[in-house]
Amino acid sequence: MNRNLNLLCEAVGKFIVQACANTGKIVILFGETCRRVNEVNLTEMLRQMAKLGADSLPIVMVTTMCTGMVLAVQTAKEFVRFGASDSVGGIVAIAMGRELAPVLAGVVVAGRIGAAIAAEIGTMKVTEQIDALKVMATNPISYLVVPRFIAMILMLPILIIFANVVGTIGGWIVATNYADISSYSYIDSIRVFTEPWDLIGGMIKGAFFGAIIAIVGCYKGLGAKQGAEGVGVATTASVVLSIILIFITNYFLSVILFVQGG
Amino acid sequence: MAEPIIKVQEVSMSFGPKVVLDKLSFEVGAGETLAVIGPSGCGKSTVLKLLIGLLSPDSGHIIIKGQDVVTFSEDQWNELRKEMGMVFQYSALFDFLNVSENVAFGLRQHTNKSEKEIQTIVTKMLDMVGLPGTEKAYPAELSGGMKKRVSLARAIALEPEIVLYDEPTAGLDPIMANVISELILKTKATLGATSLLVTHDMGSAFMAADKIAMLNEGHIEAMGTVEEIKKSPNPFVQQFIKGELFIENNRKEGAASEQSK
Repeated sequence: MNRNLNLLCEAVGKFIVQACANTGKIVILFGETCRRVNEVNLTEMLRQMAKLGADSLPIVMVTTMCTGMVLAVQTAKEFVRFGASDSVGGIVAIAMGRELAPVLAGVVVAGRIGAAIAAEIGTMKVTEQIDALKVMATNPISYLVVPRFIAMILMLPILIIFANVVGTIGGWIVATNYADISSYSYIDSIRVFTEPWDLIGGMIKGAFFGAIIAIVGCYKGLGAKQGAEGVGVATTASVVLSIILIFITNYFLSVILFVQGG
Repeated sequence: MAEPIIKVQEVSMSFGPKVVLDKLSFEVGAGETLAVIGPSGCGKSTVLKLLIGLLSPDSGHIIIKGQDVVTFSEDQWNELRKEMGMVFQYSALFDFLNVSENVAFGLRQHTNKSEKEIQTIVTKMLDMVGLPGTEKAYPAELSGGMKKRVSLARAIALEPEIVLYDEPTAGLDPIMANVISELILKTKATLGATSLLVTHDMGSAFMAADKIAMLNEGHIEAMGTVEEIKKSPNPFVQQFIKGELFIENNRKEGAASEQSK
């Protein structure tokens, strides 16, 4: 019994020490990235913006449109039953703007782009390309991390704008066809219920999520151990950690942006 | 010997409990090519990584061009690395860039040359390594030998004073290995660069090097000119050159014969 307790304590202790060490390393990478932002290679940054942002647009739009439709399905009939049919558009728009569009776009991009960043940089690590960069007097953080970091911070908020529009349209399609809510009522409730801050707050969240995805993806990639298996482990770990951090950060940002700030 | 450009003085290095280098010392003169040979895992690649600043020694001094680099900051290293080139064992070409962009990488990062000048240098370098017309190809489309040659072209595009080669002929057929060895000689003749060649390919070492250092268990087992190494009485050296088995037996026999003398 005592031995099992010791083993359990040892495992928990190891996990905590490892988690603290990883957190520290991620913070150091974040700090170093911010310090080197002025060294960004603009061509590389634009390439990353196209690759990381624009190419993610279709999947983000499909995901958020379906979510907007589901939200309308779940709320429209109930709201009509309680005589609040003129609130459906506003509810969908607020939910999309403040929470669903940023979080869903963040999660989808973490799965698609976070994995791609970790795999690409991890492969570079295990094939000595990172060493080659250093040998050629090029800082890997300036050359690899900074462009991805800036690209993600700029592109995720833009993806969120599209996600909001498409999600709200999805809700409108369902509300008008499934719950007999008029287009005027749906659109007017959006106008009455929402404020610009609902969209801006969501975009601010997107910038934070973009930074998380880029830094975690790069951190896991740069730390990849030798071989293809190491790259696979880094890729999976990057997605899992990014998604966890997105949800945790989202709670605090919601409190700061929409409870205290709003 | 010419004035040493590289001085390694009593350098020790361990990975955990495993001692890889044990008070290693050697020098490489200006314009010389030193081949470091030795069995796999004897610390040859570690020497190269120490010389280019990818690793730091546990103790000892590494003096390159009169500067002790052991205490160098990353910025100081980056200044020095602009005067150094390295050919990696597995080429380490940037797989997201084509051949031309790989060769031009250092020129774009560290010089203010115009695009026209850069393209002229790229073409010259690719001609030199025998790969004209491959500018648009990506590393994945190249054979192992072609990758090594592009890697060499990339390493020398900035005309470095020091060139480091990590197993440049590993995994190549004998003819391509000779082509690479010829290129190492050609690079030396063209640039007058000081070179350090890490290899276990004796043919390449004999062909391209001025001097050979035999590394074993973290220290220099023997060092000398190519002829001196070929004639070395050290049984370990002879065993390695001839690719024989039973190192320990040879050692004991060698020790016994030396005692009887």
